Amino acid sequence: MSIFIDTSTRLVVQGITGRDGSFHTRQMVAAGTNVVAGVTPGKGGQTFETDQGGIPIFNTMDEAVEATQANASVVYVPPAFASGAIMEAADSGVDLVVAITEGIPVLDMTRAFAFTQDRDVRLLGPNCPGLISPGKGKVGIIPEQITAEGPVGVVSRSGTLTYEAVHQLTQAGIGQTTCVGIGGDPIIGTNFIDCLAAFSEDPDTRAVVMIGEIGGTDEQEAAQWVSENMEIPVVGFIAGQTAPPGRTMGHAGAIISGSSGTAEEKIRVFEENGIAVARRPVDIRDLIKEALGL
Amino acid sequence: MDIHEYQAKELFRKAGIPVPPGDVARTADEAEALARALGGSVVVKAQVHTGGRGKAGGVKLASSAEEAREHAEAILGMEINGLTVHKVLVTPAEDIASEAYVGVLVDRKKQSATFMVSPEGGVDIEQVAEDNPDAILKMPIDPRYGLLPHQAYRMSTFLYDDPKLVKQASKIMGQLYRAFNENSCSLAEINPLIVTPDDEVKAIDAKVTIDDNALPRLPEVEAYRDTDAEPPSETKAREASLSFVKLDGNVGCCVNGAGLAMATMDLVKYYGGDPANFLDIGGSSNPEKVIAALEIITADPNVKVILFNIFGGITRCDDVANGIVEATKQIDIEPPIYIRLTGTNEDEALQILKDAGFSAYTSMDEVVETAVNFAAQA
Repeated sequence: MSIFIDTSTRLVVQGITGRDGSFHTRQMVAAGTNVVAGVTPGKGGQTFETDQGGIPIFNTMDEAVEATQANASVVYVPPAFASGAIMEAADSGVDLVVAITEGIPVLDMTRAFAFTQDRDVRLLGPNCPGLISPGKGKVGIIPEQITAEGPVGVVSRSGTLTYEAVHQLTQAGIGQTTCVGIGGDPIIGTNFIDCLAAFSEDPDTRAVVMIGEIGGTDEQEAAQWVSENMEIPVVGFIAGQTAPPGRTMGHAGAIISGSSGTAEEKIRVFEENGIAVARRPVDIRDLIKEALGL
Repeated sequence: MDIHEYQAKELFRKAGIPVPPGDVARTADEAEALARALGGSVVVKAQVHTGGRGKAGGVKLASSAEEAREHAEAILGMEINGLTVHKVLVTPAEDIASEAYVGVLVDRKKQSATFMVSPEGGVDIEQVAEDNPDAILKMPIDPRYGLLPHQAYRMSTFLYDDPKLVKQASKIMGQLYRAFNENSCSLAEINPLIVTPDDEVKAIDAKVTIDDNALPRLPEVEAYRDTDAEPPSETKAREASLSFVKLDGNVGCCVNGAGLAMATMDLVKYYGGDPANFLDIGGSSNPEKVIAALEIITADPNVKVILFNIFGGITRCDDVANGIVEATKQIDIEPPIYIRLTGTNEDEALQILKDAGFSAYTSMDEVVETAVNFAAQA
């Protein structure tokens, strides 16, 4: 099993002809994802070629969904147009929109997020690496070769730090059900709790890795939720113990405001709620082994 | 991007918010002339991107143009929280009957813009939140509808009893929300919003932070950028599209991805070292970016060792390896470079580095520990 995507996922790539969209479409197809359509305004009627055959391109999401019965989309559209693309997708009838784009203005996202909520559409991201269910497919940019099928769910605000953790798990022979990157922006769709709840319902997920960072209170609320609702073990990691207050650390959302959102506070709340915290990325692997009784 | 008080006031004026006149001076002569034009009784305020200006002596009341000149002489060139003052704002001194706080910010929990208002103005709002949370009213704004009249009225009656004041404050809330939206702010704050003895409501201080992501579509606001107000290394990093934050340690860090970059800094600390910087070279790491990164890191005289930590996903390790080799040909780099590369095209990268005489690691812990030990002995 897996969360949010599986073998029934029929994906549309928004921005399929762009530099990132075209590269990652081929990677997603190679990872077994059923990419049924692409959307690039003005290029409707053309075909996007891959090793596994051509993918039809449409001008609009409505046409793409009508023609292909797509049920998910991924957004590789440049930041100025990305919130529009998210809303177009949410209006087209898909259930899941994954926004990879980094640099979307925050106030644009407050409107786009409300729009997806009104239509009961799950938004993942923006500014996220997407998700991968090894052996079933991926939506986004997580490299398939570092993953393996197995019992661990991974949820994270980061990209390459997640790859580091997943890579170490895979090298130790521990595979994953689904790895989800929820994104590093202040306003994101799917949050930690949404992912933890989905992992709780997934019979194959036997332990979860939760990777957070400085800024905001999402991790603290998730920790509280874990202690009240989760039966399977959760292992945590928080990046940014050496980050100075008041400075944005790469991710727009990674900022300590005043005295809130520090790594120390998050680590303390994790531990108070029964989440074992790894001090180094390499310790995640050992704590998961322990949690799984290996 | 933080902008100065005088720039924030300009945005507020454009939105119709009552803000006292005044202008910015770069020299004591200019300050004196401005003070004279304003009638002599003025406040001289340091324009720097940091709080605590008053406590540091960067805000002074003057009763004559001559006194304003003396204050400007003292304040210009002063250092406040490590930042040098290059400009002062000269603005009329106002008589104050009461002070309130009005701010709009993006609330991550509510996932929307949210107003915060308090009748306790002129002080640090975080302190008020801690000491007397009941003195703050929070009002999340639904992005579908914007600020609604009843919300503005509710906040204004939280601040004032007098209907004359409530009416003025309601109007200001609407104007502030417009300024916040039109300029894609992540924070727009009036602290204090004052009432004068003749019942006028005015904004006498202004603080605005602009969402960096929105700057490409706001050329007029982008023009407010003051590169004198940031360290030169950060200006250079921004121009090269690198995320960079200078710190005080001696281990220079160059990493791809913000989360991994923070985790690398933390690991430096774990092994007993101190990071000299946060630096995310981003996804597509062409040689030019690596060169710019190395130039920025080596410009810091504290740096004793340079640490690369690259997890190749989208980033190809061989691109970074080529960048490092190319950079060392183009610029003179004194501190030793310790490199960790793993992931996409790792084998090619290791070969490139080996051929150029570098040693490279594949484990994050190993390279960090080695680099920290070197820095400790250097």
